[in-house]
Amino acid sequence: MPEGFDQVRTMIGQGVPVSWYLILSAILFSLGVAGFVFRRNVITVFMCIELMLNAVNLSFITFANQHKQVSGQIFTFFVMVVAAAEAAVGLAIILTVFRNRQTLNIDEIDSLKN
Amino acid sequence: MDIFFFLLFALIAVVCAINLIVQKHPISSALSLIGVMGSIAVLYLLLGAEFIAMAQLIVYAGAVMVLFIFVIMLLNAGSEAKGGRSWTAQLFGIPVMVAFFGVIAFFLIREFSNAGFVKFGSFTGGSVEKVGMALFTDYLLPFEVTSVLILIAIIGAVVLARKELD
Repeated sequence: MPEGFDQVRTMIGQGVPVSWYLILSAILFSLGVAGFVFRRNVITVFMCIELMLNAVNLSFITFANQHKQVSGQIFTFFVMVVAAAEAAVGLAIILTVFRNRQTLNIDEIDSLKN
Repeated sequence: MDIFFFLLFALIAVVCAINLIVQKHPISSALSLIGVMGSIAVLYLLLGAEFIAMAQLIVYAGAVMVLFIFVIMLLNAGSEAKGGRSWTAQLFGIPVMVAFFGVIAFFLIREFSNAGFVKFGSFTGGSVEKVGMALFTDYLLPFEVTSVLILIAIIGAVVLARKELD
């Protein structure tokens, strides 16, 4: 058993593999895509978009750490700014749509379909 | 120690994300999303991005989510209506998503399995000083354009959400 013990100890001393962070990012992104495709509430769909943006930000920060450069963090900063602007405009659109149609179900908001 | 904190907060993030997409009520989803964002902020700290971690907490978990919850309460949004989902979505939905994740994970493991380790404290380039320095020298033009974008977004939101006066 001491061999395995030492292995675990060196692994803990080394830190977390970069790929684990990237896999976590992929998991969060896939969950965001799943929610985006399968949910019908407009606000929940919008929150899934935010989840995907967060997942991508996490991989940006991971690469910034891996390359020891600050550029990845700057890109995350810009993604955050764009996400904030997008949330403000998107929620305003949702407000207007709800006021006109009294529904938040994306299946009923289909004026552009035909 | 790093691995312990990573696993703890990765688990919180994934559980909250799953809760986000299975909850029927938008308020529960919004609170789960705040959990995801908070745990991601802790992961940013582990990755040496102090400024971005704080910005994540203030901008995302603070401002953006308050906006979401405000709109949910303003619209008095109830639980989602059940049913009406097509049989193809019911049948293929989860397998397709698992396959999607599998493809991403396959390429990540193939390309980055020897990409090194993340050790807390090994990268200190994420301080406010360093980020500000990069932001105001190399990335000055995008930064200024961003302020114009924010201004346009504010005006757009005001115009869109304005009450009709007719």
